[in-house]
Amino acid sequence: MLDHEFMRLAFGAGAVVGVLAPAVGFFLVQRRMSLIGDGIGHVAFAGVALGYLLGIAPVATALVASVAGAIAVEWLRANRRTAGDQALALLFYTGIAAGVVFVSSAGALNANLFSFLFGSILTVTRGGLLLVAVVGGAGIVLIAVLYRALVAVALDEEGARVSGLPVGTLNVVVAGLAGVTIALSMRIVGILLIAALMVLPVTAAGRLARSVASTFVLSMAIGLGSVFVGLTLSYYADLAPGGAIVLVAAGAYVAAAASTRLAFRA
Amino acid sequence: MPLAVELDDVSFGYDARRPVLEDASFEVPAGQFVAIAGPNGGGKTTLLRLIVGLVRPQSGTVRVFGEPVGAAARRGLVGYLPQRAQLGIEAPATVREVVSAGRVTRRRLFGPLSSDDRDAVDASIARVGLSAQADEPLATLSGGQQQRAFIAKAIAGRPRLLILDEPTTGVDADAQDALAALLARLHRELHVTVLYVSHEFGAVEHVAERLLLVRGGVEFDGPPSALPERWHDPSHAHA
Repeated sequence: MLDHEFMRLAFGAGAVVGVLAPAVGFFLVQRRMSLIGDGIGHVAFAGVALGYLLGIAPVATALVASVAGAIAVEWLRANRRTAGDQALALLFYTGIAAGVVFVSSAGALNANLFSFLFGSILTVTRGGLLLVAVVGGAGIVLIAVLYRALVAVALDEEGARVSGLPVGTLNVVVAGLAGVTIALSMRIVGILLIAALMVLPVTAAGRLARSVASTFVLSMAIGLGSVFVGLTLSYYADLAPGGAIVLVAAGAYVAAAASTRLAFRA
Repeated sequence: MPLAVELDDVSFGYDARRPVLEDASFEVPAGQFVAIAGPNGGGKTTLLRLIVGLVRPQSGTVRVFGEPVGAAARRGLVGYLPQRAQLGIEAPATVREVVSAGRVTRRRLFGPLSSDDRDAVDASIARVGLSAQADEPLATLSGGQQQRAFIAKAIAGRPRLLILDEPTTGVDADAQDALAALLARLHRELHVTVLYVSHEFGAVEHVAERLLLVRGGVEFDGPPSALPERWHDPSHAHA
C-alpha cells in the first residue's frame, strides 16, 4: 500500500489531521460547542465553491471562509447577539446556500467537488502535504503553548475572565484553529465528515481517561489511529476515506463505552 | 483599616428600563467576612459581578483595594468562585488540574507550571482537605468536595479578597456546614476578606461578621444578630 506515493502523501497529511482535529475538538467539546465544526464545514463548502467560481485554489478560499465563519460564530456567541444554536444555524444555512449558488454559477457540480465533500486519498499532492504539515504543525504548537490557559477557560470561563486572562482572544484562537483544521482536513476526510473527527475521538477518550491531560492525549491517539485504520480500509476496500475514518472513530467510541460498562460490572 | 471594596452610588440593569441595583453604596474593610443575602432576582449576583468586573456599573463607581474594578483582579488580588452552573464540573479534570487552573494569570499565560505554582497548588488542596483526592477525577467526588476543589482553585493565586457566589447550592446540609467551617478557617488563617453570597444565609450566619441584605439596593447592613425578625428568611424577604 505504501509503495504508492499517493498513499504515503495521504498518510502524511492524515497523521497531522488525525492529531490536530481532536486537539482542537477537545476544547470545543468542553465548551459544549461540538457542532460548530459542522457549521464551519458548511462555510468551507461555500469557500471551495467560491474558489471554483473565481478560478483560484479552493483550499485557499476554503481556509479564509472557514476561519472567518468560525470567528463570526464566536463573536455572535460571545456578544450574546444571538443564542449559540441560532448562531450555528445561521452559519449552517448561509454556508450551504452560498455554496450551492457558487457551485451552480461555476458549473462545478462534478467529481472533484465530491472529493471535497467526502474526502479522497487520491487528491493529496506534495504541495498539499507541505501546507498541511506547516499550518497544522503550527496549530499543534500553538495549542501546546496555550494549553494551560485554554484548560483554565474550559473549566471556569468566568473565573478566568476575572483573573484577567484574555478569554475572548483565547476563544477566537480556538474558533480560528477549528476553521484551519477543517480547511486542512477536507481533502482527506471531507467537509461533511471532518467535524466528526474533532468530536468522536474526544468523546471516546472521555469514557476511558481520568484527567484532562490523559483525555487530551488519548483523544489525539484515537484520532491518529482512526485516520490510519480508516485510510487502510479505504485503500483495500475501495471506500471513501472520510466515511471509513469516521466509522472507525465511532467504533472506538462504542468500544470505549462497552469497556467502561464491563469494567463497572466487574 | 484599608478598604477592600468600595461601592459608591452604583446602579445597574441588564435592561435599561428595569434596574437590578439602584444607588447601592457600602464599604468593606480589608479582612472582614461579609455575607450577602436576599431574594432571588434581588441583585446579589449582579453585585458580585460588578465587584469582580464582569459587568460595568451604569452609574457610580466600584473600587477594589483602592483601584478601579478589574485592575486588582488582574493583579491576582481577587479569588472568585462563580455559581455552580458556570463551572466545568463535568469536564474530565482531576482536583489537581482544577486547582492548577487557578495559577494561570495574564502574566503567566504560557508554558508549564513552575515549582512555586506546584507548591501553591499542593498547599491549596491541603487547606481544603482534599490531599487524598488530589488526583481523583472531579466527577467521582461529592458535590461538597467539588465545591472545595473550586474553592482551592480560588485561593491558589493567594488572593486578598475571596468572592463566592452561592457555593452551597446543590450540596447537602452537612456539607453546607462543613463548607461554612472551611471558609471561617480560611478567613482566619489567610487573613483574607470574604464576600459570600447566598439566598439562604443560615449556613454562614454564625461565621459572618456582617450581613448585607440586597433587594434592588442594600436594605440592611449590620451584624447578622441585628437582622430584624421579619427578614429572618432573607430568601423570601418582603417589606
